[in-house]
Amino acid sequence: MSGVDLSVELAGLRLKNPVMPASGCFAFGREMSRWYDLSRLGAIVVKATTLEPRSGNPVPRVAETPAGMLNAIGLQNPGVDRVIAEELPHLRQYGVPVIVNVAGSTVEEYVEVARRLSDSPDLEALELNISCPNVKCGGMHFGTDPRTAAEVVGAVKRVSRYPVFVKLSPNVTDIVALARAVADAGADGLSMINTLLGMRIDVERRRPVLATEAGGLSGPAIKPIAVRMIYEVSRAVSLPIIGMGGIVSGEDAVEFLMAGASAVAVGTANFVKPTACVDVLEELAAWCRDRGVRAVRELVGAAGRMGP
Amino acid sequence: MRFRIVDQREIARNVFRLRMEADRPVGWSPGQFFHIRVDDGLEHLLRRPLSLCEAEDDRRFSVVYRLVGPGTRRLARKGPGDELDVLGPLGRGFPLHEGDHRALLIGGGVGVPPLVQLARELRKRGVSVLSLIGFRTAEDVMLAEELAECGSVWILTEDGTAGRRGRVTAALEEALEEPPDRFYACGPAPMLRAVQSALAGRLPGYLSLEERMGCGIGVCMGCVHLCRDPEGRTRYRRVCTEGPVFPAEEVVFS
Ligand SMILES: Cc1cc2nc3c(=O)[nH]c(=O)nc-3n(C[C@H](O)[C@H](O)[C@H](O)COP(=O)(O)OP(=O)(O)OC[C@H]3O[C@@H](n4cnc5c(N)ncnc54)[C@H](O)[C@@H]3O)c2cc1C
Ligand SMILES: Cc1cc2nc3c(=O)[nH]c(=O)nc-3n(C[C@H](O)[C@H](O)[C@H](O)COP(=O)(O)O)c2cc1C
Ligand code: FES
Repeated sequence: MSGVDLSVELAGLRLKNPVMPASGCFAFGREMSRWYDLSRLGAIVVKATTLEPRSGNPVPRVAETPAGMLNAIGLQNPGVDRVIAEELPHLRQYGVPVIVNVAGSTVEEYVEVARRLSDSPDLEALELNISCPNVKCGGMHFGTDPRTAAEVVGAVKRVSRYPVFVKLSPNVTDIVALARAVADAGADGLSMINTLLGMRIDVERRRPVLATEAGGLSGPAIKPIAVRMIYEVSRAVSLPIIGMGGIVSGEDAVEFLMAGASAVAVGTANFVKPTACVDVLEELAAWCRDRGVRAVRELVGAAGRMGP
Repeated sequence: MRFRIVDQREIARNVFRLRMEADRPVGWSPGQFFHIRVDDGLEHLLRRPLSLCEAEDDRRFSVVYRLVGPGTRRLARKGPGDELDVLGPLGRGFPLHEGDHRALLIGGGVGVPPLVQLARELRKRGVSVLSLIGFRTAEDVMLAEELAECGSVWILTEDGTAGRRGRVTAALEEALEEPPDRFYACGPAPMLRAVQSALAGRLPGYLSLEERMGCGIGVCMGCVHLCRDPEGRTRYRRVCTEGPVFPAEEVVFS
């Protein structure tokens, strides 16, 4: 496309371009394949996978907020065995690296899911979701304490034959401390950011809008927070970062790359427009072309470099 | 896809009919919904689901909606010539069955709009249609004339200011006196639940459900409703892609 070299490399994964869907905003790809050719993506990231099937939270699970939304899906998924048997094989046809998002309630559960995925040939990397705000037990509590985060990452690294990206929670006071802890525990890369804990109240009914009361805030409303966190972490830790949080345009993607991300994921924007990922990709390529940028790699961390 | 607004006007208290034209033909069936961005900016990110009410052909459609909150208020300010970013029609609509002679349509409030095109399709197939439509009060009554073009209409209002007094379920027994082959219902959850329990085991039919949606295209799992499969297992199903219309016996109300 366009004479711009869009390829990037992340923890040994070679991507033909840096744009992928964010976990949970793409299911397992079947529905999206009706809207565009998934082989155009840089990578595919599927919904969180747990050991057992999960039915998720009661409804309402979603609410709109200014330039964003709250969700409390609660990790609804068919369980790792069915994901391996029924969901991953069909993604092979697109010839694009597949990243499986892994969630759990205990360290043992994360380890067992990672072990089973390691026996499947149909993926290229794991993304450890230690940052889901929408399940009572598990998810985020692993991602808000550096010691627990390091423990789960270390345990998964010991069994995984695939590179492990760790998805960080923004619901912390010191994201750099967390990033350092998971880097020291052996993470191969970082994904950031997951959703921010938020809430809306229906003032007529005098109660929270979501059945779970609080939920995860995503969309353009959180973009400045994501950019700031990626900027800070990329300067402190040398792991590659998949950046996300409110990306809706090619220019947003540029901002994330310049902040220090090596690739970007598009989440909520898929709900606004099913073709959001490929639209962002095209706009990113056009942005580079218009400014004479020959390779997107040149943009990575550009905002943090000293001097002209 | 871009749709151009042909016209829009208030047809009942706080209820608008918006006629719009697609830039190219689209496939549709009654009971499907359009997923509409009320604004191209970032403030209202999520689309609003509105049922297909009328289809003049494969490009010209209408939706009928009630003012509820900021999204529908924004939509109501649009006028002829304005463009809308629309997905759809999406979802699975009302199945039509060969060999049916009589159909009972049951609608409550803004559950009435999807029944209009359904009634037309049934009538085209020679099915005789009885529509029971319920509203709170006379000012809310809508689409009765359109439905009357396709068969009989019984109007009910809770306060008795138009038609009979009471809720649609109060008229159900009488509506069964000339036995229909099937029913189709759309309306608020309490109405659907009452219809389901009154007709269970007596008349096969369909319920059209409403849930809050994220994507509308089956990827976010935001819009789920509990359903029972034929083996008796319950699980969440997506209203946007597996519905909004479900066989009545499969729907579980908690
Ligand atoms: C399949 C389907 C078909 C529908 N068809 C019609 C129709 O033909 N006519 C009509 O008047 N209404 C219909 N609705 C309801 C309509 O979508 C809501 O009234 C509308 O989205 C309210 O938007 P708002 O911004 O004005 O209200 P707000 O309450 O401010 O909306 C906030 C958020 O909640 C969602 N929401 C609010 N109420 C509902 C609801 N009842 N169902 C689903 N989402 C809701 C909105 O989409 C938005 O994301 C339908 C809903 C579904 C699911
Ligand atoms: C409906 C929904 C479901 C999500 N599910 C998951 C999930 O299963 N696992 C995960 O790691 N993140 C999940 N996320 C978080 C996104 O992957 C992403 O990190 C976040 O939404 C920020 O990006 P965005 O603003 O582009 O959406 C979900 C987000 C949304 C909106
Ligand atoms: S609205 Fe996203 S799955 Fe139905």
